Amino acid sequence: MARFDSLIDSLGGTPLVGLPALSPSPEVRLWAKLEDHNPTGSVKDRAAFFMIQAAEAEGRFKPGATILEPTSGNTGISLAMIARQRGYKLICVMPENTSIERRQLLEMYGARIISSPAEGGSNEAVAVAKKLAAEHPDWEMLYQYGNPANARAHYETTGPEILADLPTITHFVGGLGTAGTLMGVGRFLREKVPGVAIVAAEPRYGELVYGLRNIDEGFIPELYDPTVLTTRFSVGPNDAIRRVRELIDREGIFAGISTGAILHAALGVAEREVAAGRRADIALIVCDGGWKYLSTGAYDGSLDEATEALDGQLWA
Amino acid sequence: MAIEVRIPTILRSHTGGEKTVQGSGDSLSALIDDLDARHSGIKGRLIADDGALHRFVNVYVNDEDVRFTGALETPLKDGDSVTVLPAVAGG
Repeated sequence: MARFDSLIDSLGGTPLVGLPALSPSPEVRLWAKLEDHNPTGSVKDRAAFFMIQAAEAEGRFKPGATILEPTSGNTGISLAMIARQRGYKLICVMPENTSIERRQLLEMYGARIISSPAEGGSNEAVAVAKKLAAEHPDWEMLYQYGNPANARAHYETTGPEILADLPTITHFVGGLGTAGTLMGVGRFLREKVPGVAIVAAEPRYGELVYGLRNIDEGFIPELYDPTVLTTRFSVGPNDAIRRVRELIDREGIFAGISTGAILHAALGVAEREVAAGRRADIALIVCDGGWKYLSTGAYDGSLDEATEALDGQLWA
Repeated sequence: MAIEVRIPTILRSHTGGEKTVQGSGDSLSALIDDLDARHSGIKGRLIADDGALHRFVNVYVNDEDVRFTGALETPLKDGDSVTVLPAVAGG
């Protein structure tokens, strides 16, 4: 069935495609969950829809309500589309070092953007949003970093979809930002698949983003529960860009840069399984397409030039 | 035994501004003791009063988070690369 009453109703049900050229052997295979097939083109549509639906069910959103959210882009774009459809206003607090395409899309969907300083990255966006929420009690913050509906979206949809398509799954690899995808899919798979490994790929940005004044200003998303994870890798821009280019060259998939980081971790896991002589079916998330990152320079020039171009940008 | 350690901006006051320092030790705990001998005070920034890694400090050995590989007992060998980063929001 590929007919839906509206765009939002077409959420989820994304394809899981094999990566035959990048898989190291017939016994150790990689599978990509193409989340760019969602309504606004990213995995965040799931969390955005579930968070808005939960707030509506609790009676928090009156017609014409104003939603406030700290976001580096994709969550904002998803929220903006749904808010527009439902007659809500959206204010996004977004670090100024995010790509121009993300801003353009938000503006196109009618969202208002409040910029937070580049230094400190999303940490600053969260801090600014919390301050604004305290000053404007009539603004409703969904707060993706701590909203259980974010993880629940993946527990109820992404996880079951992956297991239905890949009952022989041994590993799941996702990106670590809010922790929503990893916690939701991870908890679901751990309940259903004994011994499944849940692997986090965390983007490692340039120094600007880690420019805290004090270590106690550090941040761990409220949703993050390390007991759900098997391990966690930090992936720098060089590896992420190299892998995102391999995904285009070898498999024809044009993905965003964060997917390169996830693929890098997945290939590392695959190598370990080959070395150990074990069979593995490794599912990984393609978070979004590459369209929103063309202006970052990640897709042209040499790897070194592209890596340099990403320095200081929030590329995931 | 030489292990390269990448130091985040916020801790460089202990390394005379150096981004990367060399250390030695057969575990992360031993490495931190070795670093503290030459970069006084750095251990107190990495390790909390309860003896575990500070909540907002992430340490990676060859890009893998040590909290999943034995924490302070994570074994180290010559040529390993250690990265220290503050925990910040992503997403």
